[in-house]
Amino acid sequence: MNLFIYDQTFEGLLTIIHDAIEMNIEPDKIISTKYFQDDLFATKYNISTDPYKFDKLWNKIKEKSNEQNCQRIFKAFLSELPDIEITIYDYIKLIIETPYNIEVNFSEDCVIKINNAQKKVGRESQRVLMFVRFQKTIDDIYYASFDPKYNVIPLTVSHFRNRFADQKWVIFDTRRKFGYYYDLENVREITIGKQKVSFESGKVNNDILHMSEKLFQKLWKSYYETINIKERKNIKVHMQFLPKRFWKYLPEKDFKSELILN
Amino acid sequence: MKFETTNKLKILASAAKYDVSCASSGSNRPNKDKGLGNAAPWGICHSFTEDGRCVSLMKLMLTNHCIYDCAYCANRKSNDIQRTTFTVNELVELVIEFYRRNYIEGLFLSSGIIKNPDYTMERMVRVAKELRTMQNYNGYIHLKSIPGASEELQHQAGLYADRLSVNIEIATENNLKMLAPDKNFKSILIPMNTIRDKIIENKEERRKYRYAPRFSPAGQSTQLIIGATPDNDKHILNLAGKLYNSKKLKRVYYSGYIPVNNYDKRLPALNEPPLKRENRLYQADWLFRFYNYSINEIVNDDYPDLDLEIDPKLSYALRNPWLFPVDINKASLGTILRVPGIGVLSAKKIILGRQYSKLRLSNLKKIGVVLKRAKYFILCNELKALTINELLPENVRKIILRENKPLKQFNNAIHKQLNLFTVN
Repeated sequence: MNLFIYDQTFEGLLTIIHDAIEMNIEPDKIISTKYFQDDLFATKYNISTDPYKFDKLWNKIKEKSNEQNCQRIFKAFLSELPDIEITIYDYIKLIIETPYNIEVNFSEDCVIKINNAQKKVGRESQRVLMFVRFQKTIDDIYYASFDPKYNVIPLTVSHFRNRFADQKWVIFDTRRKFGYYYDLENVREITIGKQKVSFESGKVNNDILHMSEKLFQKLWKSYYETINIKERKNIKVHMQFLPKRFWKYLPEKDFKSELILN
Repeated sequence: MKFETTNKLKILASAAKYDVSCASSGSNRPNKDKGLGNAAPWGICHSFTEDGRCVSLMKLMLTNHCIYDCAYCANRKSNDIQRTTFTVNELVELVIEFYRRNYIEGLFLSSGIIKNPDYTMERMVRVAKELRTMQNYNGYIHLKSIPGASEELQHQAGLYADRLSVNIEIATENNLKMLAPDKNFKSILIPMNTIRDKIIENKEERRKYRYAPRFSPAGQSTQLIIGATPDNDKHILNLAGKLYNSKKLKRVYYSGYIPVNNYDKRLPALNEPPLKRENRLYQADWLFRFYNYSINEIVNDDYPDLDLEIDPKLSYALRNPWLFPVDINKASLGTILRVPGIGVLSAKKIILGRQYSKLRLSNLKKIGVVLKRAKYFILCNELKALTINELLPENVRKIILRENKPLKQFNNAIHKQLNLFTVN
């Protein structure tokens, strides 16, 4: 069994795929250092990340296929699904070996898998755009945290930078413990301590919350309750569009904070 | 922001909630000079209420005072309700603060008529102008155009708003006159024509000068109330078809009538809003806009109303069985689109996928085509299964209905949690 190990980065994954194709060794398993468990009988390939090899393969894919397809591979990678690495390997190999476009050849398993994975990631990042709620802090920074299923926060940064260009904001991924901060000029990656925000509820501590914040949350909540038409009640559709896992971010759906607000 | 504002927000949101339109799509207004906001051309929903509707725009009335007395409206002048008016500043602050927190995608502003149409429209335009010019706000704005307002005000509204709309509400002129004595079709169609002409003119202009200001970039829309009058689906869909074709509307919304004024004997007494009918009308609307059906194929003199039990596409297929089965591996896109259960995306995937190998049922399933209804209307690269022509349309209908329904009863009857210990 051929076991390939990479350093959790996309560059690392493409480096080992580059080497596997180059050496003509079929990997049976590709695994990141995070999940690596030693296997007595496997032949291990521990290849260090090489930007040159990454560029070479990435350009080759671009040349054989198109920009859109490269995005698709990257998005599929962000899904962090088990065994997505080997699917990406199959997909890239298929692109390189086939003389024509394969991205819509749905009779190939890896094409369907890549497409499904990137669709899931796309949906999750859309959900971030929908359900992120900023809380204003005393130093006029708008803070929001999110706990996305897949690693999609990097995909949403450009949207928020374009939209909220005149306010400082932070978006923090509480599952992966990193986030982005926009300081009116640039966006940079940050980590924050647990003292100031609760990672479980995503809420900013009361002592650093802006004095107007609670008022607007309350206004929004009362707007949300008013706009509902009782005669049309349809809980099934409601739950379908607004699954419970997002409720903790939404002031309008947060029943715990009601006690504090009133 | 005072206590008063909270109260106003409740009253005026409640007054605006019966407007269906909440779309924030179709405009690609960019963020200007590092200001606040932009419009996402695909539209973003930010929340969903318990009635299953999305909350994308903050729907508000500028005021719920009104000089008109329309029977179907909760804000008619003869209703004894609490009335109030937003000041421009209050409204602007609410929009900006909600927008900054990512609660909303923009503002939907409507209004009751105070004094006269021009006076009302002028105040609405002031809100939009303040947002755009003073606050450098580039998020979405949907303005209700007031019938009877001057052309100059309509023009200004279009410059600040992303979408304009004039509601027709009732599908036939006689019924409209009966329920809303202050309105007539002419007063509604004139602003619609003005907006259409200005949009076309503006498109032409922007072709010549790239930086010409946009005029209502997301087009215009309207709303029809369903079930308040005896108009049948043929009337409603024909009107909608005309609006799409000659008025170039982006959307026609259908709103199931919710009895707000039970005392008015001109209105029917409904036990519950006609939600299923509303749903079928939207499906028919989609068939017309995206599936190349003509209105006449969906509803005609023989079938003036849509079938409430099955969707209009299936209903069309059952009425025209000689068009089926369709060979998935040979038929054109247009023909595949007419197969019940196959949507635009699936049809395109079929066209793309079949160039590599002939498709079988298992391939279709993998692509994500839903075969529950489609399987009676298609041929694949496989042994011929029973299709609509062998089973006969009425039986296909029965089978599909049976598959849809009893599932619930089944669930209730058998899937009951068992007790671990019997309690006496």
